Amino acid sequence: MDFRLNEEQQMLQDTVARLVRGEYSFEKRLEYSETDLGFSAEFWQQLSELGLTAVPFPEELGGFGGSGVEVQSVMTELGRGLCLEPYLQSVILGGGLISQAGNDSQKAQWLPGVASGELKVAVGLDEPQSFYNLNDVSTRAEKSGDGYTLNGRKAVVLGGHCADLLIVSARSAGDVRDPDGLSLFAIDPNAAGIERRTYPTIDGAKGCDIILNNVKVSADARLGEEGKAGEVIEYQTGRAIAALCAEAVGVMEEAIRLTLDYLKTRKQFGVPIGKFQVLQHRMVDMSSELEQARSMAILAASVADNEQSIERRRTLAAAKNVIGRAGQFISEQAIQSHGGIGMTWEYSFAHYAKRLIMINHQLGDDDHHLEQFTALMQATH
Amino acid sequence: MNLNYTAEELAFRDEVRAFLDDQLPADIAAKVKGFKHLSKDDHQRWQRILSKQGWYATHWPTEYGGVEWSPVQKHIWDEESCHYGVPRSIPFGVNMVAPVIIRFGNEAQKQQYLPRILSGEDWWCQGYSEPGAGSDLASLKTRAVRDGDHYIVSGQKTWTTLGQHANMIFCLVRTNTEVKAQEGISFLLIDMDTPGITVRPIITLDGEHEVNEVFFEDVKVPVENLVGEENKGWTYAKYLLTYERTGLAGIGLSKAGLEHLKALATRRLKNGRPLIEDTTFGQRIAQIEIDLMAASISNLRIVAAVEGGGMPGAESSMLKVRGTEIRQSINDLARRAIGVYALPFVEEEMSLDYDGEPLSDENAAPLAAQYFNNRKLSIFGGSNEIQKNIVTKMILEL
Repeated sequence: MDFRLNEEQQMLQDTVARLVRGEYSFEKRLEYSETDLGFSAEFWQQLSELGLTAVPFPEELGGFGGSGVEVQSVMTELGRGLCLEPYLQSVILGGGLISQAGNDSQKAQWLPGVASGELKVAVGLDEPQSFYNLNDVSTRAEKSGDGYTLNGRKAVVLGGHCADLLIVSARSAGDVRDPDGLSLFAIDPNAAGIERRTYPTIDGAKGCDIILNNVKVSADARLGEEGKAGEVIEYQTGRAIAALCAEAVGVMEEAIRLTLDYLKTRKQFGVPIGKFQVLQHRMVDMSSELEQARSMAILAASVADNEQSIERRRTLAAAKNVIGRAGQFISEQAIQSHGGIGMTWEYSFAHYAKRLIMINHQLGDDDHHLEQFTALMQATH
Repeated sequence: MNLNYTAEELAFRDEVRAFLDDQLPADIAAKVKGFKHLSKDDHQRWQRILSKQGWYATHWPTEYGGVEWSPVQKHIWDEESCHYGVPRSIPFGVNMVAPVIIRFGNEAQKQQYLPRILSGEDWWCQGYSEPGAGSDLASLKTRAVRDGDHYIVSGQKTWTTLGQHANMIFCLVRTNTEVKAQEGISFLLIDMDTPGITVRPIITLDGEHEVNEVFFEDVKVPVENLVGEENKGWTYAKYLLTYERTGLAGIGLSKAGLEHLKALATRRLKNGRPLIEDTTFGQRIAQIEIDLMAASISNLRIVAAVEGGGMPGAESSMLKVRGTEIRQSINDLARRAIGVYALPFVEEEMSLDYDGEPLSDENAAPLAAQYFNNRKLSIFGGSNEIQKNIVTKMILEL
């Protein structure tokens, strides 16, 4: 058994770390966040030039061949820099859905662009009523002519404001929470009938709600078999969960590093506050949570690209549950350890604290994944 | 033992309710209940209504225009006003500096400042914390050097809540550096318009401007603005802190927050059913309600002890810790209840006059920001760690 990265994986992680350190100072991040794009086009370009946007794709697309461990290395470093680029949405989730469900011509049409970073994909799976249950889809896809008409609303599509291609789930059959009857559609964000309500997110990124009002798409916009998208969505959001866990570990490591540094330098009552036992033990608890989170991020990465199984589903639900709880614990305890200064906009730490809470609102919170895990346990005992 | 209100207390509660039904402006209550931002004008409008009723200065003796409510009456007012959506009172003038002036100030200071606090002419802020003096408040460094009829004040205060609206600030300043830290502190009243004072905003992680830094550069303050005796300021500061600590537990606010949370969880859906009916989420709410029930009785026990002539002691420190934890868990659940909609930061929806279609739930927009903002509850007013130190010393004698 060996938990170390191999030489290539270590080089990959070092490359991303160097790039993030060089290009993603806290001040620059605030500037990127305030632009209309909401991230750095230049940094995205650099990720592309170094082949990093191609990491999960096969070699013929310039990639490394799709292992969860490489993705983990990239995501942890992007997390450490609080990077705003749509890597998770476009490369992992968008690229993953096209790779798994797309036919040969769709793959040929879109994957080279996704892998090179030229084509940014955003994915709309949540809906206003869905509360993390991605089978809870009321967006309708009605057959019309040789294509479909889409009606409905997709909630909080991160990166949707600037995407070149949107992938949305819609229902062509079944009741509103039926796992069967879902289909995926790849659509032009500028198609007639699409309204985007764009906003910044509280953790500095951008997204939008997408309202589909009689949007006409042709049959070749459908990704995969009609009505059979449920499994694809579950599998690919599982890969995205593993990637998000890896990002969270990078965010936690930096949040803890900053907090520890503060405890060593901030003096009250004539001593560094890190000399107070109550803060020491709190720091130990935060570090233990980080260890738990690291372990689960590693485990999640190791199963992310396995064939679907109960064990894979259990593992990913468990990982997201641990990451969600650890993230909230570290965020809250680190703010408290800082005192008021930990709540100020001008200090990078506060933005790490916000990102950790918001990671728990993406792809299901700790409660949601505890329920998923429980249901699998009850179905198999 | 009798846990019920007396007939007189019930009559008082009816009077409070009748007043609020009749006098609380609906627009202000709606903003409070929807967590919208209140303007300076909103605060002042409500203050004038309270003053007219004679209910503004609940901590003052009647001779200065106060109400002299009993602890139970104050408690009833707190519960009812939170329930109705009364704006949080800005405590720095009426509940903080005024009791100090009444107790330790001279006649001229009482004549000058108390009527202006009652009428709302003066907006006070607090100059206690400094960049180097937070939990260790006594280590403060802002200097006041006597020069004829004036003190010359130099230094910096921080975390000054709503200092951007204030025209007066009460400050702890160092007037003697030769003695033990606590023995060289004085209590000064300073006009914010005096040359040499600069207020700089501190933006918090939720994008809000609520606190400030205040810089003093050779600021001339007349000696008559000294409260009590020179170098006795620490005693006055501690006296003031006992006033600050009462109410920090926010039991009334938690009760109002819980009602709001239940309404939200009734509107939000999970698997097609109201979220409040979901076992996991329902139990999370129930657990908070149970803890709040206990804290509420703990609070009443303190109220009753004070009513019987006792002093609120270290028990109020325990209640501050518990009470702020409960408020924070209510904010946590409200943020959780909106799922992915915790992410969007739609600032215009949080403003007073937004009349567009809400992105999701009508009350969703400020919930994540409010969760982050209220991390301050366990930090300010003596951090929860400091409160625990007080309990350690005063009750456990460890």
